[in-house]
Amino acid sequence: MPAGEEISTVFGVPVQALFGQVLIGLINGAFYAMLSLGLSVIFGLLNIINFAHGALYMTGAFAAYFLLQWAGLGYWWSLLLAPIAVGLLGVVLEKTMLKRLYHLDHLYGLLLTFGIALIIQGGFRNEFGSSGLPYAIPSQLTGGYNLDFMFLPTYRAWVVVFSLVVCVGTWVVIERTRLGAYLRAATENPTLVRAFGINVPRMITLTYGFGVALAGLAGVLAAPIYQVNPLMGADLIIVVFAVVVIGGMGSIMGSIVTGFTLGIVEGFTKVFYPEASNTVIFVIMALVLLVRPAGLFGRTA
Amino acid sequence: MTATVKDYVVAPPVSVAAAWPRHQMLAFAVMVALLVIAPFVAYPVFLMKALCFALFACAFNLLIGYVGLLSFGHAAFLGAAGYVSAHSAKVWGLPPELAILAGTATAAGLGLVIGALTIRSRGIYFANITLAFAQMVFFFSVQAKFTGGEDGIQAVPQGRLFGVLDLQQTYTLYFVVLAIFLIGFLIVYRAIHSPFGQVLKAVRENEPRAISLGYRAEHYKLMAFVLSATLSGLAGGTKALVFQLASLTDVHWTMSGEVVLMTLLGGLGTVFGPAVGAFIVIGLEHWLAQLGSWLTIVQGAIFVVCVLTFRRGVVGELSRLLRKPL
Repeated sequence: MPAGEEISTVFGVPVQALFGQVLIGLINGAFYAMLSLGLSVIFGLLNIINFAHGALYMTGAFAAYFLLQWAGLGYWWSLLLAPIAVGLLGVVLEKTMLKRLYHLDHLYGLLLTFGIALIIQGGFRNEFGSSGLPYAIPSQLTGGYNLDFMFLPTYRAWVVVFSLVVCVGTWVVIERTRLGAYLRAATENPTLVRAFGINVPRMITLTYGFGVALAGLAGVLAAPIYQVNPLMGADLIIVVFAVVVIGGMGSIMGSIVTGFTLGIVEGFTKVFYPEASNTVIFVIMALVLLVRPAGLFGRTA
Repeated sequence: MTATVKDYVVAPPVSVAAAWPRHQMLAFAVMVALLVIAPFVAYPVFLMKALCFALFACAFNLLIGYVGLLSFGHAAFLGAAGYVSAHSAKVWGLPPELAILAGTATAAGLGLVIGALTIRSRGIYFANITLAFAQMVFFFSVQAKFTGGEDGIQAVPQGRLFGVLDLQQTYTLYFVVLAIFLIGFLIVYRAIHSPFGQVLKAVRENEPRAISLGYRAEHYKLMAFVLSATLSGLAGGTKALVFQLASLTDVHWTMSGEVVLMTLLGGLGTVFGPAVGAFIVIGLEHWLAQLGSWLTIVQGAIFVVCVLTFRRGVVGELSRLLRKPL
C-alpha cells in the first residue's frame, strides 16, 4: 500500500488483517471439513466416533515426513502414498480390533479408538518429542499472489482448493454413484443389503480405511503449514468433534459446509473478539443443540 | 440383539430393604481398614492423590454405571472446582472447608447447566457433546485471569479445617482426605441403593417403560448428572488443597479420558471398581513417571485390552467369580 493512502477499514479493522484472518479461517475450515467428512463417513456406516482420527491425521503428516527422509519421495508422492498408508493402517485396525466390537454398545468403539489414539500419539512422542519437524512447501507452490487487498500465499490457496475438490468428490461418490448407493443403503439397513449379496463387512472395512485415509491426506496438506508434530491432531480433533455435532453426525454435506463455515467464523472472531476465538465453535454448538438437537443437517435421531 | 453397556454392568436390581448386603459391608470394612493402615506403609501424598481420583471415579461411575451415560467431559467439574477452591482459599482467604464447599458448589452449578443442555442426547452423542462443553471450560480456564493460565494457581494455603485441624500435617491431611472420600463413596452408595437409584436403573434398562410408569426420566437423569458433577467437584476441590495447586491438567480432556480408564479398568457399575481402578491407574502413573510418554502408550494399551477382552474390569471379574456383586 503506497504511503499516504488512507488505510481502508471494515468496522474499524484494517482490510488486510480482516482478509488475512479470513484466509486462516478458510484454511482451518478446510481441515475441519476434511476431518469431519471422514468422521461422518465412518460414523454413518460403523456408528462409532473415531477418536483415533486426530492421531491418524498426525500419522499422515509423519508419513509424508518419512517418505521424504527415508525414500526421498517429495510432496506430490506423499499426497498419494501417505493417505494409502494411513488407510491401510485403518484397515488393519478395523480387521483386528474394531470388528470385534460391532455387537456391543457403540461406546466401546469410542473407548477403543481413544486407546488407539493414546498409543499412536505416545509412540510418536516417544520418538520425536513434542517439538515440530519442518516440512518444506513444494517448490511449485511457493510464493504467492498480491491481490491488492491482501497477499495470498500459493500453498494456502492450493490447500483450500484441493480440499474443496476432495470434499465435493467424496460427496459425489457417496450421493451419485452406485457404490455410494450401496453405502447409503448399508447405513440404513445392513442386514437387508447383505441379503442382496453385497459384502457389507468388507464395505465397512474399506469405509473405515477410506475415512482415515482422508485424515491422512489432511495430515499431508497440513505438514507444510503447521509442521509435523506428534500432538498436532490431539486438540484439533476435539474441535472437529464439535463441528460434526453442529453439522449433524453422519451428514456428509453437513460436515463439509459446517467445516468451512466454522473455520471462517473462527477467523472473523479472531479479528473482532479474539478472546472468544477458541470457544466460538463450542458456543455455536451449544446454541445449535438447543434449537436443533440433531445438528443443522442431521436427521432427528 | 446388540449388547449394551448394561450387559457388562454387574449390578443386579437390589431391593431397597436389603440395601447393605453383608459381603459388601465386609468389603467396605476391609477397604476402610486398608486405607487407615496404608499411610503408615505407603507414601501418604500418593495415597491422597489416589483417594481424590477414587472419589472422582466413583462420581463418574454413578453416571456410566447406573444411568448408562458416558460423559467425556468430567474433567470440567474436577478442574473448575479445583480452580474455585484454590482461588477462594488463596485470594479470598476462606478456610479449607468453605473453599472445598465453594468448589463443590461451582461444580454443581456447572453440572446443572451442562446437564440441562446435554441430558436429552444419548450414547455417542452424549459423550461427544459433554466433551465439547468440557473443552469450552478448558479454554475459559486458559484465558480467564484468575486461573493463572499456564501457571495455574500455585501455593494454595491449606489452613486449618474448622479452625482446629492443621492440614499442613501430612497425616491430619490424609485422614481428612480419607474422610471426604468415604463420605463421597457412601453418598454414591446410598444414591444407588435408594428408590432414586432404582428409578435410575429402570430408566437405564427401559426408558420408555419408565416414562410410561410415570417417572420423569430426564429429571432423574439430570439429578444423577448433577450429583455426579458435584461429587467430582468435591474431589477436585480436595485435590487442589492437597497439592496446593490448581492447573490446566485437571480441566484438559485427557483427564476426562483418565477417569474413564479408571472406571473401565476397575469395573463399570460396580461399587468398589472405580476406587480400585483409580488406585491401579495412579499407581501405574507413579511407577512409570520416569518413562515419560511411555505412560501414554501403556494407558492406551490398557484401554484397548479392557475394551477388547476385559470389559467387566477387575472388580467386575472378581464379583463374577465370587457370584456376589461388589
